[in-house]
Amino acid sequence: MSTNMMKLKLKIWRQADHKSKGSMQDYDLENVSPDMSFLEMLDLLNENLINSGSDAIAFDHDCREGICGMCSLMINGEAHGPQKLTTTCQLHMRSFKDGDTIVIEPFRAKAFPVHKDLMVDRTAFDEIIAAGGFVSMNAGNAPDGNAIPIGKATAELAMDAAACIGCGACVASCENASAMLFTSAKLSQLALLPQGQAEAKERAISMVKKMDELGFGNCTNAAECEASCPKGIELSNIARMNREFFKSALSK
Amino acid sequence: MASQACSSGICGYLCSSIGKKQLMGVTAFLLIGFLKTHLLGNFLIIFGRDAFNEYCYRLMSLGPMLIVAEIILLAIFLTHLVLAISLVWQNKAARPVKYYSKKRTGRGATFASDTMPYTGIIILIFICLHLWSFKYGSYYEYELNGIIVRDLYQTVIEYFSNPLYTAWYVIAMIAMGIHLSHGVQSAFQSVGFRHARYTPIIKKLGCILSFFLTVGFAGLSIYGYYISTTLN
Repeated sequence: MSTNMMKLKLKIWRQADHKSKGSMQDYDLENVSPDMSFLEMLDLLNENLINSGSDAIAFDHDCREGICGMCSLMINGEAHGPQKLTTTCQLHMRSFKDGDTIVIEPFRAKAFPVHKDLMVDRTAFDEIIAAGGFVSMNAGNAPDGNAIPIGKATAELAMDAAACIGCGACVASCENASAMLFTSAKLSQLALLPQGQAEAKERAISMVKKMDELGFGNCTNAAECEASCPKGIELSNIARMNREFFKSALSK
Repeated sequence: MASQACSSGICGYLCSSIGKKQLMGVTAFLLIGFLKTHLLGNFLIIFGRDAFNEYCYRLMSLGPMLIVAEIILLAIFLTHLVLAISLVWQNKAARPVKYYSKKRTGRGATFASDTMPYTGIIILIFICLHLWSFKYGSYYEYELNGIIVRDLYQTVIEYFSNPLYTAWYVIAMIAMGIHLSHGVQSAFQSVGFRHARYTPIIKKLGCILSFFLTVGFAGLSIYGYYISTTLN
C-alpha cells in the first residue's frame, strides 16, 4: 500500500428514519486513499461498519459521474464540499489532508425531509417540474432538425439552464432554503425557446405557486446558490423567472 | 386555504414569493429617492440657521400637501416593513433544522446580505427615535424676515450637542449604508433587471450611493456636534 494513506475523523449525521431525532456521530477512518472519491470513502467506512456488525450509513448516490443529480451532502458546511463546480461523487479525497476532521450532514430544508442518515427526499423538485416544467405537444414522428430557427446565443442560454441536474445544492446552500435557482433554470430552458412560448404564462404561474406551496424560502439575492451549484447555473435565470412571473401573473 | 383564495391575478401576484420580493424592491427604490431628497435638505444646515429654518418653514407651509406626502411615505415604508417581516418569517420556517456546520462560499453572500433583517431593525428603531427627537421634538421659535417660524436648527444643534446621540446617529447611518449596499443591487435583481454588462456597474453604483448617503447623513450629525461645541 502506498504510504500516503490518510487517517480522518468524521462527524456524520445519523438518523434512524424520518420520524426519529438524529444526532452527529464521530467515526475514525484509516487507509483513505487520496485517489478515492468522497463516496468511495463513505463506502469504505460502511464496509468497516458492516464488518463490525453496525448499521451502514445511508446516503444518496447513483451515476457517480456527476450527471444524475442524486448525490448530495453538506461537507464541512458547503453543499457538495469545497471544490467549485463539482458534485460530491466527483470530489476526491485529495481535497482533504491527513488528520482532517470532516463534517458530513444531509441537505436541510423543510421541503427536503431526511429519510435516513444522509438520505434526503427531494420529491419536492419533481412536484415543481410536474406543475409546469414541460411542453405539451403531439409526439408523432421526430420533427425535422432546424425546422424552428433558434439563434445560437439563445440556444446556448437555454442549454446552460438545462444543465441543471436538480441535485438541490441551491436549496441546501441558501440561507433561506429557497428553490428559486432550480425553478428558474427549469423555467428558463423552456422560456427561452419558441417551443416553450405556448404555455409560458401558465408555466411561470404554476411553477412559482407550487414552489411557494412546498415551503421553500424566498430569494434574498445573496447568490450562495450560484456559488454552490455544481453545474454553474447562473443567477440571471432567477432574474428571467422574476420577469416571466411578473408578465404572466399580472396579465392572467 | 389562503393559497386558493389568492391564486390568480393581482392578489395571486401579491401573495407569491416573487410578487412580495418585487414590491420590496419597488418600495426600496422609492425610499432611496426619499433619502436622497432628505439628505439634500439636510445640507442646508451648513448654510446656517436662516437657510435651514427657511427650508423647514417652506416645507411646513405646504400644509395638506405635506400631510398627503407623509401618508404616502408612511405607506411605502410600512409596505416595505410588513413584506420584510412576512418574507423573513417564511425564510426561517423553510429550514426548521439548522446545520451543525455552515460555511459561506465567499463567492455569494456577504456580511451585508446576511444581516439585512438586523440592519433593517436598527433603521426602524432609528426612524422612530428620529421622528420623536426632531419632528415631534423640542419646539423653539425664531423670527425669519418678520415671520415667526419653528427654529428646527436649534432643535438639531441641541440634539447633537450630546455626543452619545451623535454616536448613535452615526452607528444607525452605518447600518443604513450596509443595508443599502446589498439592497440596491438586490432590488434590481428582484424586479428582473440583470445584465452581464450592467449588473456589475449597478453593484458598484449601489455601494457608492450607500457610501455617500452614510457619509452625508453621518457627516452632518458630526458637523452638528461641532457647531454645538462652538456655540457654548
